[in-house]
Amino acid sequence: MSEKGTESIQSPLGKVKGLGAAHNGVTHWWHQRITAITNIPLMLWLVWSVVHIPAWTHQEFVIWLEQPVNSILMILSILSVFYHAALGCQVIVEDYFHVEWMKITKLIGIKLFFFALTVTCIFSVLKISFGV
Amino acid sequence: MAGKVERPLSPHLQVYRPQMTSVMSILHRATGFALAVGTVMVVWLLLAAASGPTAFATFTWFCNTLIGKLMLLGWSVALFYHLSNGVRHLIWDTGRMLEINQAYRAGYFVLASTVILTLLTWWFSCPYKGGIE
Ligand code: HEM
Repeated sequence: MSEKGTESIQSPLGKVKGLGAAHNGVTHWWHQRITAITNIPLMLWLVWSVVHIPAWTHQEFVIWLEQPVNSILMILSILSVFYHAALGCQVIVEDYFHVEWMKITKLIGIKLFFFALTVTCIFSVLKISFGV
Repeated sequence: MAGKVERPLSPHLQVYRPQMTSVMSILHRATGFALAVGTVMVVWLLLAAASGPTAFATFTWFCNTLIGKLMLLGWSVALFYHLSNGVRHLIWDTGRMLEINQAYRAGYFVLASTVILTLLTWWFSCPYKGGIE
């Protein structure tokens, strides 16, 4: 921090060197790839299951979802896909929005949005699988 | 400090002629975003199932409307495109298949895989009656 009259002769680059990245780019990139890979089997399972449910009635759907394997795979799908989607939407916003406050608002909005959706979905699955 | 300087932003899309590579690239983003919006339908399905038969019937009713069916069709195409092209992305990330001709060949593979997976899905969902037909 430099007060008036006491500015250092250090260049802006020199000041930030060694402080590390401001954000968490590499982690973000890795998490996008890891969830991309986990999404593949999970989405194939989901489509396969949706196609094979005998009839689209409440009863049949609950019978299918309340089986532990299906409940667990559904929860894993929700976590994997929603996290992947939140990370992906973040990249899109970072690419197209360059006004700082707009960008920040949208980034926070995305996080809260997907967090709320995740909680809603997991609660719903648990409610069905515990049969309350 | 930063933000004051109006630097040009790249890429300048409007000066490029669309090519298969660039169109498929933007389609990955478009389908990813469409799928992200589409997750709302999954939330509706699960919430309706947890709420009871009436709420569930509203959901299946909507899926059976023309708009609902078009959305499901669009969702399946988007999912299979994004999945297939995602695999191409993951292969690229390992440093493979980056030559132009390989990228094109893999691109045709992605398009074929999208069509085949979508057709298979709708073919297999046809015999099952009672809800979404
Ligand atoms: C099914 C398996 C899936 C695979 C293999 C996959 C793969 C990928 C990959 C590799 C990327 C990074 C692309 C890049 O670096 O430009 C990506 C981005 C993205 N994905 Fe997925 N994905 C899958 C499913 C989904 C689903 C279900 C959603 C939404 C619900 C989704 C939403 C997104 C979004 C919004 C992006 C950001 C697009 C961009 O940055 O241009 N993906 N996906």
